[in-house]
Amino acid sequence: MSNKPIDMDIAHVAKLARLALTDDEAAQFAAQFAHLFTYIRQLQELDVDTIPATAQVIPLRNVMRDDIVTPSLERDAALGNAPDWEGPYFRTPRILE
Amino acid sequence: MRCGHEIREAVIRRQVSAEEVTRAALASIEALEPTLHAYLCLLAERALKHARVLDQRIAAGDDPGPLAGVPVAVKDIFCVAGEVTTAGSKILANFRPPYSATAVERLEAAGAIIIGKTNMDEFAMGSSCENSAFGETRNPWDPSRVPGGSSGGSASTVGAGSVPIALGTDTGGSIREPASFCNIVGLKPTYGRVSRYGMIAFASSLDQAGPMTGCVRDAAITLGAIAGHDPRDATSVDEPVPDFCAGLRTDLNGIRIGIVPEFEEHIAQSDPDMAALYRRAYEDLRALGAQLVEVHLPHVRYGLATYYLIAPAECSSNLARYDGVRYGLRVETDKDVYTMFEQTRAAGFGPEVKRRIILGTYALSAGYYDAYYLRAQKVRTLIKRDFDDAFTQCDVIASPAVSCPAFALGAKTADPVAMYLMDYFTIPMSLAGVPALSVPAGYVRDLPVGLQLTGPAFAEAGVLGVAYAYEQATGHAQSRRPAVMAAAHR
Amino acid sequence: MTRVLGAAQAVAYEPVIGLEVHVELATESKMFCGCRNRFGAEPNTLVCPVCLGLPGSLPVVNRRAVELVCKTGLALGCSIAHVSKFDRKNYFYPDMPKNYQISQYDMPLATGGAVTLPSGKRIRLTRIHLEEDTGKNIHGGGAMAAASATLVDYNRAGVPLMEIVSQPDLTSPDEAGEYLAALKAVLSYLGVSDVKMHEGSLRCDANVSLRPVGTQDVGTKIEIKNMNSFRSVVRALQYEIQRQTDVLRAGERVVQETRTWDEERGLTYATRSKEQAHDYRYFPDPDLVPLHLDDEIVAAWRAELPELPLAKRDRFLAAYGLSRYEADLLTGERTTAEFFEAVVAHCGEPKAAANWLLGDVRRALDKHGLTLDATRMRPEHLATLICQVRDGVVSGRAAKEVCEILVRDGRHPAEVVAERNLAQVSDRVAIEALVGEVIAANPESVAAYRTGKAKAFEFLVGQAMKASRGRANVELVRTALRARLG
Repeated sequence: MSNKPIDMDIAHVAKLARLALTDDEAAQFAAQFAHLFTYIRQLQELDVDTIPATAQVIPLRNVMRDDIVTPSLERDAALGNAPDWEGPYFRTPRILE
Repeated sequence: MRCGHEIREAVIRRQVSAEEVTRAALASIEALEPTLHAYLCLLAERALKHARVLDQRIAAGDDPGPLAGVPVAVKDIFCVAGEVTTAGSKILANFRPPYSATAVERLEAAGAIIIGKTNMDEFAMGSSCENSAFGETRNPWDPSRVPGGSSGGSASTVGAGSVPIALGTDTGGSIREPASFCNIVGLKPTYGRVSRYGMIAFASSLDQAGPMTGCVRDAAITLGAIAGHDPRDATSVDEPVPDFCAGLRTDLNGIRIGIVPEFEEHIAQSDPDMAALYRRAYEDLRALGAQLVEVHLPHVRYGLATYYLIAPAECSSNLARYDGVRYGLRVETDKDVYTMFEQTRAAGFGPEVKRRIILGTYALSAGYYDAYYLRAQKVRTLIKRDFDDAFTQCDVIASPAVSCPAFALGAKTADPVAMYLMDYFTIPMSLAGVPALSVPAGYVRDLPVGLQLTGPAFAEAGVLGVAYAYEQATGHAQSRRPAVMAAAHR
Repeated sequence: MTRVLGAAQAVAYEPVIGLEVHVELATESKMFCGCRNRFGAEPNTLVCPVCLGLPGSLPVVNRRAVELVCKTGLALGCSIAHVSKFDRKNYFYPDMPKNYQISQYDMPLATGGAVTLPSGKRIRLTRIHLEEDTGKNIHGGGAMAAASATLVDYNRAGVPLMEIVSQPDLTSPDEAGEYLAALKAVLSYLGVSDVKMHEGSLRCDANVSLRPVGTQDVGTKIEIKNMNSFRSVVRALQYEIQRQTDVLRAGERVVQETRTWDEERGLTYATRSKEQAHDYRYFPDPDLVPLHLDDEIVAAWRAELPELPLAKRDRFLAAYGLSRYEADLLTGERTTAEFFEAVVAHCGEPKAAANWLLGDVRRALDKHGLTLDATRMRPEHLATLICQVRDGVVSGRAAKEVCEILVRDGRHPAEVVAERNLAQVSDRVAIEALVGEVIAANPESVAAYRTGKAKAFEFLVGQAMKASRGRANVELVRTALRARLG
C-alpha cells in the first residue's frame, strides 16, 4: 500500500473549520492522511450504488415534543461561562463583513 | 474493594455506612493518583454530603436504590451541574455546566455516590488516554503502559480497585478497549439505550454511555439504572428496560455463539499469543454448554475506513461550537471575530482533535461528500446488515476485543493510524449500533486482555448472561492482582 | 471605430425575480427546546442549554412547528413530503450558538405549490422548509466595520423559522409586493405567524436578474438582503433593476454578488464577504430522526385549514354583492373578514357594513392607533348602529360621532346615543318649529330661493341641520321647508 498524497487543500479546509494550523501541523496532517487513506480508499472497491445510506442505526421516526414552554436559564447562569460579556450580552470581537 | 452489589448490601444492612465507603474510596484514589492520574477532579465534598444524606435515609428505613452507597466515577465527558466538566480539553478547562447529564442524574437517583470525574482522551478521541490535555492516565497493571482510551481514567480506577463502578462512553471502542487493558468489564449498550443528554458529543450517531465495572453483575445493575427513554434525547429509544440481572446464568446450554472467521484471521496475523488465548476462551464457552457456530461478517474489514469518515465528519460539526463566545477558552485578539475563532480553536484543541476536525470537514466538503461521507454511510448499511444476518444464526458473537494487551506509553503517539487500528474489533459494533461487552479473558505476557461478546440490538441481557457464565466459570479477573494494588499492600 | 452602442441601448430588459421569505412561526416554545418564543424580552433571558448550544445538550423537534409548516404547504397547494429530515448547515457566525444551523436540505417538508396573486397569476413555489432562527448581533455603535465589538443576544436563537422559496416567476417589483401581500394574507389566515416585518417575524431576500424582453435567457442573479418592509422590497427591486439596466446598457456585465439594501440612502451596495465560497457541508443531523408523515395526519391537518383569502373574496363577491375592491380589502386580513361577517350576521346589511368598516371604522382605528384585534368594539355594536341609521333612529352624521366612540371605548351604541342626546329628531312639531326658526333667520336666502336659486334651498337645509346638531331627520326637514316656502 502506497501513501499517495490525497486531494486536499488543507488551508482551505482549515479555513472552513475556522482552525488556524501551523505549517508544520499542516504538513504532518497531510502525511498522516495519506497513510489513513490507504484504508479509506478500500471503500471504493465496493459497489454501493443501490445501497441506502445509514445516518442513524435506530429505526426511530417522528420523535417530537409538544409545544410547551419550560423554564429558561437565569441570565447569570446563561452568561456564567462567557469569556466576555457586556451588560446582558455576550461580547465578541467585531465582525468584519 | 468489593463489588458494587456487595457494597450496596452492606450499606443497606448498615454493616458499613455510605460515608465510610466513600471515605475509603477517596483514600484509595488519593493514594493511587500520583501513580495513575485517573481523575481530572474529585468531588469529595459533594460525595460525602450525598453519602451522609443517604445514610440518613437508610437509617429512616428508605431503600435508596440498586446502587445505594456505591461510589461511582464518571468520565469527564458527562456534565455534572456546577462542577467543572472538561471532556479532557483545554478549550473547556473552566466550563461549569448549569445542568447534569441524564445518565448522572439516573445514577444518583439509584443511590450511587458520584466520587469524581475521570481522565479521558480529549473529546473521547483516542485509544490510550494520552490525548488528554491534562496529562496521561496509567495502567494499574503496569504504570509504564496506557490504560487504553478514551475512557482510560474510568478503566484505570476500576481496574485498580478504587471504585467498583465507573461510567464511560464508547464511540468506536472507548469502553471496551480500556476495559480489556485494565481487566474489567466494559459494556457498550445498544445505540439509543442510554440517553446522550448532557454527555459531551464526539460523534452523535455512534456515542453511547455504558458501565465499566469490576464484575458482570455490577454492569447489569448499572445498565439497569442508566438505561431508558429520555424525552430530552430524540435518539433515545422507548424500549422497556428489563431486569438485566434476571438474565445472569451459570451455564450456556442452548446458546449459539458465533465465531467470526474474518476476525480470527486478523488476530492470528496480529498476535499469535492473543489468537491462542481467544481460542481457549471459545473452548471455555463450549465447555459451558454453548454451541459454537461460524458466522461471517464480510464487511467488517471496511469498518476502520467507514468509521474514520463518519466519526470525524460528525465531530467536525459537533465541535464547531467551541469558538470562545459563550463558554470555554478564548484567545483574545485585537482583530476580528473570525481571527478570534481560529486562534481560540488552534490553542484550545490538541493535535488528534484538530486532525479529526480537518478530516471530517474535508469528508463533508463540496465535491467530496459523495465519495467519502455518503459512501461511508452506505458501507455502514452493509456492516449493519452483516450483523443482522449473523444474528439469524447465533445468539451472541464472541471475538477478540483488542489485538494486543496494553502497550507502552508513547508507543503509538507518533502514528495515528496505528492507534486507530487498536479499535479494529470494536468499531464494527459501534457502526451497527449493537451492544457489545468486554469481559476479562486471561493474560498475555502477564497483561490482561478481554473477550468481546456482541448481541443483537437491545439484547444486552443475553450478552450479560453469557459474560456472567464465562466470568463465573473462569474467574480470570480474580486470579491475579494489578501491580498497583500489590504495591499498595506491600 | 464606431461603437455599436445603438443596438445595446435599444434592447429592452425585463426582470426575473424570485423571493425567499423567512417566517417566524407563532409557536409557544422554540423549535428544539422549551424556551418561550417571544419577541422583545430582555436580552439572553429566553435561553437554555439547548438553544445556547452548551456541550451535551440535544435538540427535540417541536411538533407544532412541523404542523404549522405543513398547514402552510397545504394552504398553498404544496405536496407534503412522506419522509422528511433535518440537516445541519455548517458555517461560523457569532449569532449561531452551535456554528451550524439545523435546517432542511434535500428533503423539505413541502414542495411545489403556488401563491395566487389578486390578478389570478400563480407564482410557483419551489419548496417550504423548517429551520431554526439565529440570535441577534448588535454592533457596538455606528457602522459595522467601525465597531470595536459585537454584542450577542440569543433570545431569537432556535425560534422556529419557515422558509418559503418561490420560483423566479415574478416580473416586476409591484408583482413582488403583491406576492408578499398575498402570502402574508394566507399566513395570517392560517395563524402560523404574526407576520410583523418590522419585528422580523417576516423577512425577505430577493433574487433578481435581467434578460432581454421576449427571451428565455438566464441573466446574472443578484441576491438582495436587508429589506425590512414590503415597501422596501419594492423600492430595492426598482433600484436594482435600474442599476442592472444601466450596467448592461453601458455594455458591461452584471457581477454575481450579494447586495445589501440601504433604506435611508435608497440604494443597494455589494456586501463584502470574507468567505470566498460558501460550503455549508450539509449532512443529516444525527441528533434527530426522520419525520414520516402519513396520509392520515396530512388529511387531518387539511381538514383544519380555514377558508383562505381568495376563496373568501370570491364568496364575498357572490354572497354580499360587494365590489371587487371592497371584497379585496375586507378579505386582506382574517380579522377584518370575520368582523365583517359577524356584523352582517347581526344586521343583514352587507353593503353598509362594508362602507362602515372600510370607511369610518378604519379612520377611527387609525386615529386612535388601534387595530380591529385591539379595539373593544363588538361586531354587534356596529350592527346595531347600522340598524339605527337604517331605521332613522340616528342620523348618518350623528352615527359617525357614535362610531368613533364605539371604536375608542367599546361601548354600546344605544348608550352613547342616549348619553349624548344624539337620537334623530323626527317629531313633526319639532321639525316645523326648527324650519320656522331657520326661515325667520335667513330672509335673504328665502328671497333668493323664491327667485329660483336652487342652491339657497340646500343652504337652508344645512342651517336647519346645524341648528339641530345633526340630529334632525333630513328628509323631514326638506319636506317641511318645501311646504313652508311653497
